[in-house]
Amino acid sequence: MTGETPLVRFENIQKSYDGETLVVKDFNLDVAPGEFVTMLGPSGSGKTTCLMMLAGFEPATQGEIYLKGKPINKVPPYKRGIGMVFQNYALFPHMTVAENLAFPLEVRKVPKAEREDRVNKALDMVQLGAFGGRRPMQLSGGQQQRVAVARSLIFDPDLVLMDEPLGALDKNLREQMQYEIKHLHEQLGLTVVYVTHDQTEALTMSNRIAVFEDGIVQQCAAPADLYEKPKNAFVANFIGENNRLVGKVTAITGDKVEVLSDNGDQLVASKVNVEAVGDRTTVSLRPERVFVNPEASSVDNLFSAKVEELIYHGDHIRTRFTVCGHDDFIVKVPNSTANSLLQEGNIVPIGWKMEDCLALDA
Amino acid sequence: MINKLVKKTLIATAVATTMVAGSVQAEGHSEEITVVSWGGAYTVSQVEAYHKPWMAATGNTIVSDDYNGGLAEIKAQVMAENVTWNLVDVELSDAVRGCDEGILEVMDHSVLPDGDNGVPAAEDFLPGALVECAVGNIVWSTVFIHDESKIQGVDGLADFFDTNKFPGKRGMRKGAKPNLEFALMADGVEPADVYEMLSTDAGVDRAFAKLDTIKDSMVWWESGAQPPQLLADGEVTMTTAYNGRVFNAIASEGKPFVINWDGQVWDLDLWVIPKGAPNQEATMDFVKFSTGTKPLADQASWIPYGPLRKSSFGLVGSFHSDASLDMAPHMPTAPDNFKRALQNDFEFWADNSDQLNERFNAWLTK
Amino acid sequence: MTTANPSIDQATALPLKEKLARTTAIQRRRAFLLTLPLVLFLLISFVFPIGQMLFNSIHNNKVSGVVPEFTTAIQKWDGQGLPSEEIFEIFVKDLAKAKKVREVGRKVGNMATRINYEMPGSRSLFTKSGRKVGKIKQGPYKEALIKIDKDWADPQVWLTLQRASYDISPAFYIAAMDMKYNEAGEIVKADELYQIYLNNFGKTLWLATLITLICVVLAYPVAYLLSVLPLRQSNLLMIMVLLPFWTSLLVRTTAWIAILQTEGVINDLLVYFGVIGEDGRIQMIYNQTGTIIAMVHILLPFMILPLYSVMKTIQPTYMRAALSMGSKPFYAYRRVYLPQTIPGLAAGTLLVFILAIGYYITPALVGGQDGLLISNLIAYHIQKSLNWSLGAALGTMLLVVVMLLYWVYNRLIGIDKLKFG
Repeated sequence: MTGETPLVRFENIQKSYDGETLVVKDFNLDVAPGEFVTMLGPSGSGKTTCLMMLAGFEPATQGEIYLKGKPINKVPPYKRGIGMVFQNYALFPHMTVAENLAFPLEVRKVPKAEREDRVNKALDMVQLGAFGGRRPMQLSGGQQQRVAVARSLIFDPDLVLMDEPLGALDKNLREQMQYEIKHLHEQLGLTVVYVTHDQTEALTMSNRIAVFEDGIVQQCAAPADLYEKPKNAFVANFIGENNRLVGKVTAITGDKVEVLSDNGDQLVASKVNVEAVGDRTTVSLRPERVFVNPEASSVDNLFSAKVEELIYHGDHIRTRFTVCGHDDFIVKVPNSTANSLLQEGNIVPIGWKMEDCLALDA
Repeated sequence: MINKLVKKTLIATAVATTMVAGSVQAEGHSEEITVVSWGGAYTVSQVEAYHKPWMAATGNTIVSDDYNGGLAEIKAQVMAENVTWNLVDVELSDAVRGCDEGILEVMDHSVLPDGDNGVPAAEDFLPGALVECAVGNIVWSTVFIHDESKIQGVDGLADFFDTNKFPGKRGMRKGAKPNLEFALMADGVEPADVYEMLSTDAGVDRAFAKLDTIKDSMVWWESGAQPPQLLADGEVTMTTAYNGRVFNAIASEGKPFVINWDGQVWDLDLWVIPKGAPNQEATMDFVKFSTGTKPLADQASWIPYGPLRKSSFGLVGSFHSDASLDMAPHMPTAPDNFKRALQNDFEFWADNSDQLNERFNAWLTK
Repeated sequence: MTTANPSIDQATALPLKEKLARTTAIQRRRAFLLTLPLVLFLLISFVFPIGQMLFNSIHNNKVSGVVPEFTTAIQKWDGQGLPSEEIFEIFVKDLAKAKKVREVGRKVGNMATRINYEMPGSRSLFTKSGRKVGKIKQGPYKEALIKIDKDWADPQVWLTLQRASYDISPAFYIAAMDMKYNEAGEIVKADELYQIYLNNFGKTLWLATLITLICVVLAYPVAYLLSVLPLRQSNLLMIMVLLPFWTSLLVRTTAWIAILQTEGVINDLLVYFGVIGEDGRIQMIYNQTGTIIAMVHILLPFMILPLYSVMKTIQPTYMRAALSMGSKPFYAYRRVYLPQTIPGLAAGTLLVFILAIGYYITPALVGGQDGLLISNLIAYHIQKSLNWSLGAALGTMLLVVVMLLYWVYNRLIGIDKLKFG
């Protein structure tokens, strides 16, 4: 992958709408052919703006975007050959589903017979073979979504952009569509740039995720890396659930950081984003990596914790403890007979490994 | 000036009091009647000369309303049996037609007072002023006017139709009457022969042919207030107009307009009572008062519309706001103005207005 | 077995329906009561007058009402030569009676007016004879009447009287279609010099089309701007659009006159900048141009508002989607944006067109001689010539044209698709 020319390259992109504030500050990203890259971030973080610049609907204030190695800042959107799925699908309400699908082919002057053939194939691909004659308004949300995806793919674009395409669907449908899009991506070998504010969606679907915050990419990495090795507190916090313990670095030995929490407990953590002894740090820890009643030798950190609250989740019990001076420490306790004795008010030992516990910026 | 006005009003009031004392007022309660006329300076003249003295003398009230002529509103009120107008100032042709169609009350002319000189009303009024359903009050005229500050040397009606000699737009009342008469007179037909000629197809063709010569330069007006305004704005170089309004534009506003009396078409205005109008006793009382010798002469000091009683002629004085301006020479009937004049033939128009207006409208839009 | 099911369904179906009907009946009655004032209002102010107009356009009893017995008699006449002495006698007696009645509508003048529509110039024949006819005390009535006026010897008078004696007659529609009865009683085209209504209908439709087209061309970009501008600017623009609505007609008219007349602002500016010479001032008011300008001005909001309300709902993403699929902007506009504005365009067009063909006051004020529309002719017959039946016939024809248009429109676009905003 690294040897090829990237399909898309953002180079030092800046964007301002009002000439005063930058909504995108120095954005750099390469997207390799066949890759599924997600831009993830809270609303207003600049991710959609980046997508619109790539599609050609917004000019970059500074910097250059390359498509297949060629600068495209001056190429109008209709010459970029990029497929796009919009947040509200943007299916043309006055055309039938088949007409919607045929539109990109019609524009490209594809002969009628071939057009019909390809529309039918596309309808079959999204399992809507019988719906070609309907109007978009007569379809359910999920069906509309499939049509929108099919329409963005029908002219075999090199690149497909998706702007929060599943935002309007309910949870079950959303999950189903995530898999469908993922499968399409794999089957057709598409390159996809995907925008969402839903981290689960991003983790499920992407090869790589760029996490946006305040116009800056905080981290761009594969989903597992983002989850396991967040570079900073924002990413750790934004991706998945995590417990945060704040304190001060007291010693650094190689990868090992000793931290004195603000209430006086001593813990050890992996070094990620701390520089020197004396730095303030946030120690981040996933709820599923904490063990209740561990064997002392199997964990690096072991504390007594008071059970504050038990929330029954079926497969696990979400348990809130007070530990190291924090009363919002969440642990996902597997729903096994061994743990069935937990009671609110109990004091129990809990512990975790050093490598599951990351010392990040304060 | 004001003194004179007050004096006049006092005289009028005194006369009125002696005339109406014992009739309406004696009944001890006051009535309200609605009197409808054409608005503008003309209505002002009636309010000053008729309404105010009569109200002062009788204690009754007059509500003054304006309209644009025609029988439409009267007919609508009579048909709906909801007559709110007590007395209306109409043209002769409408008075006759309305009478024929039964939408006007028949008037008893025998109750009209004698002239101040003792001549009985039937002889004092000019011929034609007393018709079955109406009592005439004034003579008015349609004339053509120009702006002396812009063009000079206008000489006779033929010049109105001569756009080579006097380039520019011409204003005329929208309708066949009295434009066909003007056209024939401008074409050399003597006033006496005009209606005879218009009774033939050839005569009508000739009139329209004459109008054709200036059709492209024409601006059409509908209400009497428009022509002086069109002339003042420079929209037209010459226009036909009602003589009274023009005089007031000249006398009160100092406009440099000139009235050309050649070929004037004069007509009568008359009081009529819509069929079934309320308060007819009070209304007739007002009719008797307003068509008396003195009020008729008084209204002529406000606007140069000639009184229809011979006994009023000698009493016509000067313009109400300018004692040096004698009104008599500005009347349509003044000898100098009356050299080549035509009386509107109400019967001709009653017979032919539908057809000629139809042709006129068709001609307009072609 | 399972065969019982259908019969049970049928047995229970009726009571269920009844139950439903009973429960909804109260609601329906209440809803009807709420709409009752409007229903009454429409009945009194709309249905009744229009019915009255339709009736007036074919019904005229001005002859039968004045000379009732003569009416019965003349209808039996064979139309050859002059009517019999007997009919003359009935006519003279009826006329003499009519002279004495006080009732409005039974006076001789009404009949005279009615006959005069078809026999121009005959009016005074009736009114004059009406005054003198009381002197005829005995026969022969034919000679006596002809002695009063020799025109009574003209068979045309009697043929016309016979035709007009029928209360229900197509005479006014015939007149409204520029036709007339000839001497043989056949319906023929009127003399060209008197043809006015069909031409005017044509002109009215043409002007209304032109005005609608100009409105579309002017309103479309404005509505688009309104729909995409930020709120503050679009509000300001909207106020400017609506300003003509809030201005009194007389103020507007005065403004047009001040601006458009030959000595007006526009001409002064053109002369000042040397575009035209002092002699070349353009006539922009009191003619067709004036009518068009003024009516476009008045009707523009009726085009802008429905367009705006539709455009406001069209997401910008539609255009973006089309562009992203490779469509050039104009093609995207034509295939994607324009079709979505059709409901607004249709509503605006229909509204403006129908308002334009019925417009009366503006052409009357600034139309001059060639800017008059059919409604001005209707107004002329209602207000000036007092030929209400002809006015009603023209009004009915106008109504039919509007309904026809509506029908065609429904066929082409579908009334349910209209969006008036």
